[in-house]
Amino acid sequence: MATHSEVTSRPSAAGALERRGGPAEAPVRPPVDIYEDDEGITLCADMPGVSKDRLELRVEANTLILEGTARLDLPENAEALYADVRSNTYRRTFALSGELETGKIDANLKDGVLTVRIPKRSEVRPRRIEVRAG
Amino acid sequence: MVAIASSAPDSLFEELWRLQQQVDELFGTWASPSGGIRSLPRGSFPAVNIGHTPERVDVFLFAPGIDPKTLDISIQENLLTVTGRRDIPAHEQATYYRQERFSGEFRRVIALPEDIDPDRVQARYQDGIVQISVERREAARPRQIEIH
Repeated sequence: MATHSEVTSRPSAAGALERRGGPAEAPVRPPVDIYEDDEGITLCADMPGVSKDRLELRVEANTLILEGTARLDLPENAEALYADVRSNTYRRTFALSGELETGKIDANLKDGVLTVRIPKRSEVRPRRIEVRAG
Repeated sequence: MVAIASSAPDSLFEELWRLQQQVDELFGTWASPSGGIRSLPRGSFPAVNIGHTPERVDVFLFAPGIDPKTLDISIQENLLTVTGRRDIPAHEQATYYRQERFSGEFRRVIALPEDIDPDRVQARYQDGIVQISVERREAARPRQIEIH
């Protein structure tokens, strides 16, 4: 839960936003590729700036939750000139279906790309059905 | 590289957000982001954030999953140009449900403040972010004037 405590322990950030009466800083929804093959489903998500210790991946009630916090390497007195990205947190969720082995999810994070592999239960993997000539 | 206190990134994002709010309020959302003549529509790859101090300017390109060897970074006067490519292999046997991630060649041109020193540039790639740090010229930095 490291990412959570990091986000919520920012009274200054939260306070500044509330004072302006603006909406809370919405997390970035990372773009994803999702594909399925016979063995399972693979999900790739772009989460630049997130390292392994600032990534949280979990399954809650059949929902896959991706969360992360990006960090930029900047001097303390830095000010902004321009910003496409306005939030330093990522979040996106996906509903999983019953035939997936949620206990055997495999994840890998490299250069800001998260790859999640969710295998299918072996009994639901497609089997070729022979058609007998009648 | 300067070691960074953990509060720094937060305050930058906060500052960026405020700045963007002011722009949005001034020009309406049609003019955002920031109305730079070379800025690209939101959602272009790679996204860019720029921070600055009196000593240097830091450009961050959010470019996950690239081979840094494909990057070409050049500065002419105060114009920074970054080109590169990201190749995402297609799995032909698989069924795709979503393909939202950018694939292919990209190019971004970024106008930096006029007082940067194009000879003192450093670039590195970490966790999918390209950070380009450009020093500013000494003469342009604010000086403390002592009163005797």
